[in-house]
Amino acid sequence: MSGTGPRENVFATRMALTNTKLRLKGAQTGHSLLAKKRDALTTRFRAILKKVDEAKRKMGRVMQLASFSMAEVTYATGDIAYLVQEQAKMATFRVKAKQENVSGVVLPAFEVDRVAGSDFNLTGLGRGGQQVMKAKEVYAKAIETLVELASLQTAFTILDEVIRATNRRVNAIEHVIMPRLENTIKYIMSELDEMDREEFFRSVVLVAQYRRMRVTKTETSRLKKVQGKKKRDTAARNAIESTPDDTAAETGLEEGPTDLLSSKDDDVIF
Amino acid sequence: MESLFFNVDSGFLEGVIRGYKAGILTQNQYANLTQCESLEDFRTQLSATDYGNFLANEPLPISTSTIADKATQVLVDQFNYIRNNAVQPLSKFLEYITYSYMIDNVVLLITGTLHERDTHELLERCHPLGVFDTLPALCVATSVEELYQSVLVETPLAPYFRDCLSATDLDDLNIEIIRNTVYKAYLEDFYHFCSTLSPPTSDVMHRILSFEADRRTVNITINSFNTELSKEARAKLFPSIGRLWPEGNNQLAKAEEMDQVRQACENVMEYRSFFADSSSSQGGGNDDLGAASQLEDRFFQMEVRLNKEAFLQQFQYGVFFSYMKLKEQEIRNLTWIAECIAQDAKDRIQDFIPIF
Repeated sequence: MSGTGPRENVFATRMALTNTKLRLKGAQTGHSLLAKKRDALTTRFRAILKKVDEAKRKMGRVMQLASFSMAEVTYATGDIAYLVQEQAKMATFRVKAKQENVSGVVLPAFEVDRVAGSDFNLTGLGRGGQQVMKAKEVYAKAIETLVELASLQTAFTILDEVIRATNRRVNAIEHVIMPRLENTIKYIMSELDEMDREEFFRSVVLVAQYRRMRVTKTETSRLKKVQGKKKRDTAARNAIESTPDDTAAETGLEEGPTDLLSSKDDDVIF
Repeated sequence: MESLFFNVDSGFLEGVIRGYKAGILTQNQYANLTQCESLEDFRTQLSATDYGNFLANEPLPISTSTIADKATQVLVDQFNYIRNNAVQPLSKFLEYITYSYMIDNVVLLITGTLHERDTHELLERCHPLGVFDTLPALCVATSVEELYQSVLVETPLAPYFRDCLSATDLDDLNIEIIRNTVYKAYLEDFYHFCSTLSPPTSDVMHRILSFEADRRTVNITINSFNTELSKEARAKLFPSIGRLWPEGNNQLAKAEEMDQVRQACENVMEYRSFFADSSSSQGGGNDDLGAASQLEDRFFQMEVRLNKEAFLQQFQYGVFFSYMKLKEQEIRNLTWIAECIAQDAKDRIQDFIPIF
């Protein structure tokens, strides 16, 4: 058998060969496409990584500012948590999700949608209202940063996963599928060649047998054994040059396989 | 003549309060506190002061709110001691001091009832100074109407609620408006009560309460810019006492921006300086916010100064009120410093208001 690597389990026929060749071609195209996708994704991934880093640093600063503004509120008014909690009726800060397409990967992107609400505008009316408003603004900004970070981070995880999957596919195609298809093709080719040669040899042997049978028939009638042997040799030689005769094939079938095995080395002659 | 017999009833308590006053943190102690690296250091520093080891049993890490709570508890204990030893009219005076906390507590319960929450949980959030015996009774009320009735029956705040609000108002009005309306009534009532006391007390208290009223007026004006609060509604929240009243209040009621507030306050010498800096440093459009928060600081400073001056006169009740206010400011300062330490914001740590 030809080929040392793994190959597909197919019958060595011409149709299978054509199919396999087509599949190899497909695999090559797919490989180059996937490689391109991987590169595009990696570029995007790097960009996002950079942004995530920036956003995280920014978040650190902004959150610190925000909690500090909360400290200012506590300084000026005291505990307002409960009042604010109860008076907030409508979300003024909403997050909208939309989708973004990067080389066939759907990334969710979050967008901030702020409605100027006036739910607890009057909190701290008598004292510290300005601080409350300021804290509200600062926290809104902090949440904006958080939303930004969230969309980056989601994109980051999804991209990471997709890149890994794509990488796996690229490598699988490159190192598993393509060699296997190539091996299959090689196998089919060699099998076909083998079959060609077998066919050829078999026809040769058959013709030779056919001739011999005819010669022995004539010899029994003539009773000339010694000369007959010489004639058979020449007949065999003639048979090689002459076209094989199909009508004689049936008679030689019983003995065919044993002859083939024993005279296998004769192939070399051809 | 009043001074002659003052010590008969209140001499002991005045002595006690002046002793407490000596325990208020000094500039030096604040300097030490601001040097602290962590809240444990902070605790150690505080244990060297009059606070003692009030945080000793707190598990680490200490949160800033625990510090504030514990410090308030110390103050409440002191106040209760004074109150238990007081006789009329000082006990009445001390009761008036607690009314402002009561207003906050009752408003808190009203908020809870309006939103149909379990008001029992809110009891823990109430300011300990504003807790009175019948406060838990308010939790029984399930509807606003019932609550209004029980406030009228059970609380000392009944006159303020009766005069300013009806049961339906509780439903319709914003809770902050309710609070400020009641507070206005309280300030006026306190002011009139102080007038019934003899001169040294009334002088000192009028000064402090006038300032408090003016501060509220100015703050309400500034904070109601760009909100749904109409000018008429705003004018109703202004206390009818104070140095800005009446013409300053009228101007403030019509004011639409900081400049008009400044003009209204020009007429009073002391308040003029509050706006002096903010006008000169006006540069950007966002300055209103900065100016307002500066203003807040100035008000705090002014309050501290007035309360300190109260201690300069003897034989009067003003010291009790002033001590409470100073101590409150001190707790705010401590919380601020603790917050700055916890959040590692050393550049703002000096922004508190030292008292002595």
